[in-house]
Amino acid sequence: MIANFGFGVLLITFFVALYSVFAAIYGERRQLPSMVESARRAMLLTWPLLTLASLVLIYLLVNNHYEVQFVYEVTSRSMPMYLKITAWWGGQAGSLLFWSWLMAAFTSLVTLRKWDRDREFLPWVIVVACATMAFFIGMNVFFENPFAQLYQTFQGVSAYTLKPADGILFTPEDGRGLNPLLRHPGMIIHPPMLYLGFVAYVIPYAFAMAALITGRTDDRWIRLTRRWSLWAWLFLSFGLVLGGRWAYDVLGWGGYWGWDPVEIAAFMPWLTGTAFLHSVMIQEKRGMLKHWNMLLIILTYALVIFGTFLTRSGVLSSVHSFAQSAIGPLFFAFIGFTLITSVALIIYRWSSLKSETEMTSVLSREALFLFNNLLFMSILVVCFWGVIFPLISELFTGQKVTVGPPFYERATSPLFGGLMLLMGIAPLSAWGHSTVKTLGRALWKPAIAALLITVVLFFTYTQRVGALIGFFLVAFVILVTIYEYWRGAYARQRSQGENVLTAFWNLTGRNRRRYGGYIIHISMMLMAIGILGIEMFQMETQGTLQQGQTISLGNYELTYREVAQWDDLPSGVNYRRAVLDVHEDGEYLGQLAPRIDYYYDSQQNMTIPGQRSTMRDDLYVLLVDWEPVGASGATFKIYINPLVNWLWLGSFLFLAGVVIAAWPEKEAERVPVKARVRVPQKQTSAAD
Amino acid sequence: MTETSIPAPRRGVPIWVQIIIWVFLVGLLAIVAMGLQRAQQGTVQPGQVIDNFTLSLFSGYEMDGKSEIHLEDLRGKVVVINFWASWCKPCEQEAAELQQAWTEYEPTGQVLFLGVDYVDTEPEARVYLKKFGITYPNGPDLATRISQYFRIKGVPETYFVDQDGVLQYVQVGPFTSIDQIRAQIDPLIK
Amino acid sequence: MNKPRRLQITNYRAASHWGKLLLALLTAFAFIFPIQTALAQGPTPTDDEVNRIAKQLYCPVCESTPLDVCPTEACRQWRDLIRTMLAEGKSEEEIQQYFVAQYGARVLAEPPNRLATYLVPAVAILLGAFLLFRGFQMWMKPVTADEDETEQTAKPAQDPYVARLEEELKKQK
Repeated sequence: MIANFGFGVLLITFFVALYSVFAAIYGERRQLPSMVESARRAMLLTWPLLTLASLVLIYLLVNNHYEVQFVYEVTSRSMPMYLKITAWWGGQAGSLLFWSWLMAAFTSLVTLRKWDRDREFLPWVIVVACATMAFFIGMNVFFENPFAQLYQTFQGVSAYTLKPADGILFTPEDGRGLNPLLRHPGMIIHPPMLYLGFVAYVIPYAFAMAALITGRTDDRWIRLTRRWSLWAWLFLSFGLVLGGRWAYDVLGWGGYWGWDPVEIAAFMPWLTGTAFLHSVMIQEKRGMLKHWNMLLIILTYALVIFGTFLTRSGVLSSVHSFAQSAIGPLFFAFIGFTLITSVALIIYRWSSLKSETEMTSVLSREALFLFNNLLFMSILVVCFWGVIFPLISELFTGQKVTVGPPFYERATSPLFGGLMLLMGIAPLSAWGHSTVKTLGRALWKPAIAALLITVVLFFTYTQRVGALIGFFLVAFVILVTIYEYWRGAYARQRSQGENVLTAFWNLTGRNRRRYGGYIIHISMMLMAIGILGIEMFQMETQGTLQQGQTISLGNYELTYREVAQWDDLPSGVNYRRAVLDVHEDGEYLGQLAPRIDYYYDSQQNMTIPGQRSTMRDDLYVLLVDWEPVGASGATFKIYINPLVNWLWLGSFLFLAGVVIAAWPEKEAERVPVKARVRVPQKQTSAAD
Repeated sequence: MTETSIPAPRRGVPIWVQIIIWVFLVGLLAIVAMGLQRAQQGTVQPGQVIDNFTLSLFSGYEMDGKSEIHLEDLRGKVVVINFWASWCKPCEQEAAELQQAWTEYEPTGQVLFLGVDYVDTEPEARVYLKKFGITYPNGPDLATRISQYFRIKGVPETYFVDQDGVLQYVQVGPFTSIDQIRAQIDPLIK
Repeated sequence: MNKPRRLQITNYRAASHWGKLLLALLTAFAFIFPIQTALAQGPTPTDDEVNRIAKQLYCPVCESTPLDVCPTEACRQWRDLIRTMLAEGKSEEEIQQYFVAQYGARVLAEPPNRLATYLVPAVAILLGAFLLFRGFQMWMKPVTADEDETEQTAKPAQDPYVARLEEELKKQK
């Protein structure tokens, strides 16, 4: 009953979204503001409706309604309450509903602002946003109904939207339960974070399309969606980092990123999104790179949809794959339609996207940002090719191949190195004109300092060339960024007479985008330190120990003390837990307790590592079930991951940096001067 | 992407560039469409003529002393191709029935049972074969070529090919009784 | 895979004393042979040695899981197989080749056709870089004439803080 009600609500929402699309188009073409307003109101209606549908689903999840197929698939009686609620996005159908709910929320937020100066954008923003929403709701309604119920018919038990003629409602005693791998706190936030990022990118895309259609291709659409782009980027970045952290904590292979196709599918929009974030600054300041910005936002949106498609259609094989379903063809049609219309529109408006100023120097800031775009696009090409190559190989040669980490690491390392170099050079470059001399004068001090640091590392830490180059670049970027910060604070100190701390605070406060950005750059370099550490210097070993035996790796000795096995029947888990003593160079450090959790309902294991984390390294121990744990001994796999905690530290600082960059400015946003004059020292807005 | 420094002529995108862009886009969509179609395809279906394939056999499980079997040499016989693996628990349910059926049909000379070991290790495969006393020809699916041809979705799966090389029936999952096997073979040898 | 065939003594004919002696000698020889090969094999390969090779291979049935971390029964058997092959003295390449012959090219971490995998992105990136520099060339031409003029504007641009400082001071007045 309730499930049918939920489906009914979804069906209504689908038609409301469709109506909104057509009403907006009709109102715009016939110049009927009332129709456009009707479309806007219809669009506002979708969020309450979807909230209702979502609440119905959550109600069903929490109250063990196993006759509903989705509830059966993702929950079980032994799961705690919070997991039952978050199971909303634990499966295909529910996650699509979650996506639609977010889409409705964001579009409603956008349409609640004042539209006085941008009336012509409104109908097209509604069209694009509601068309996307209608697509996702349509997938729920026609292919992946979260409210489908199980009926027993002559042919057996199957899920149906509407009761079949000879069907009897079938209610299983217990649900299958969520895959134990997904029952970790990190896994609970990771999908919503990613979806927040993906869905938020639809808004700038909608405005870009509106700009192309209406011909208002100046930077108005960028300014209107600047916050959206930044927050979308934040959520996407954080979703990726959370995924990495979860993989590290729970998946049991001592790593955080496997270059799996689904990971890459989420990474690709991040690449274009980051390029977009930087490139729009150039359009706002100098009216250049307009073509790039249009292309980048179209690519970001296309990659978001394409990525969602790849992970759910079964076209690619991946550990992340959702079960294959019938949504593939519909998704494909939507992607085809989106790509074709976007490309057609940008070609149509190509000439109106002309730059307002020319680039005068290869080393000017505009030129460096152009290189930045090129590097990000290059990494994107590498990733995209790596993802699509197995498909091409199988289609044209019949041979199944795997494109794994060696390819990606080899191909992208120099490109990432190039990006880091730019991170160091660009803040010191000048708008307009820059020669090797002027740039060199600004750069030589941090470069020499970074070189000195690298030499010290050569003698104290490592002689590996790749690592040394990496550390040099990290040091270079951090030094340049701190130098920029210090210069600004020093200038303030001199002119305003503030002390150092107040100077820093006010500097950041008055120029949040720039200094928030610098904090983000520094945080990324901290993350780079972590990545360099674990990728280049990881040590591992594996061995079977009898109780009392010791295994050593690096400076650590681990002694197997004891093992215990017990059931937690209410939770449906069987625990096997081993305890080891840890010594470093003879000194006792403590104990580690890796375990294997066996979940009865899904018959799957989770290997939880014992970890000892310091800034210097992580000692990471897994209880491996190569051999059954018993009197004959236990098998352990031990990793030493140097510097890996800089990765997580960096991600916290990253969060702070984005919050600062996105915080609303105190001063009102000034209307940009229309005609841009090539006078570098006048900045046109408060945000530099 | 490249602009002239003289502001006056507002160029659009040159035709040849447009052609390249559209060709690339259509090509990409075509590849994705093909991939999608392939992902949606099921196994090989009845009615299709099965191409020749070569199965190299485990030593001790040869047919007439030959260590390799070519499907096209088997025209005139009903061929029952069973995909299995030693790590596949459901396969064990039907192993005894398959062997029993083989002992029934082998004397007629009209039927041949072939076991194709999918992605397995030889020592464990031999243990499995010995455990169920399997005597019909068995061999590994080298480079998964045969299973890829049949587009199997898992193991066990059994394919019944008639005397003309046409696929007649696909059994996905284990047989629950020997009658099921007989029910597929008997009509073909009449 | 070539496994040493166990010597099979199927015909046991107690014919004559010489026959018995010959048989006894043959039997003794049969026992010595495996011992010899066992000694030649050396100690069982360690888990680390197995992992070193398993790391570079992918599980043929699971999706995108390297063989050293894959937890399934089948993967356990494959790791044992690697251990056995290492004990027989097989090299890393031989083991990899065996896995490719048995399970297909998907078992390798990189496609065997190196050229196809690296060529396309390399060409695309170089093409992009080339287009970019062509663009620069077209832009740069008119500027070389104005270099003196722009040199003067370089100095104040270098120190935007002083400029902003002046701006802010002007505002406050």
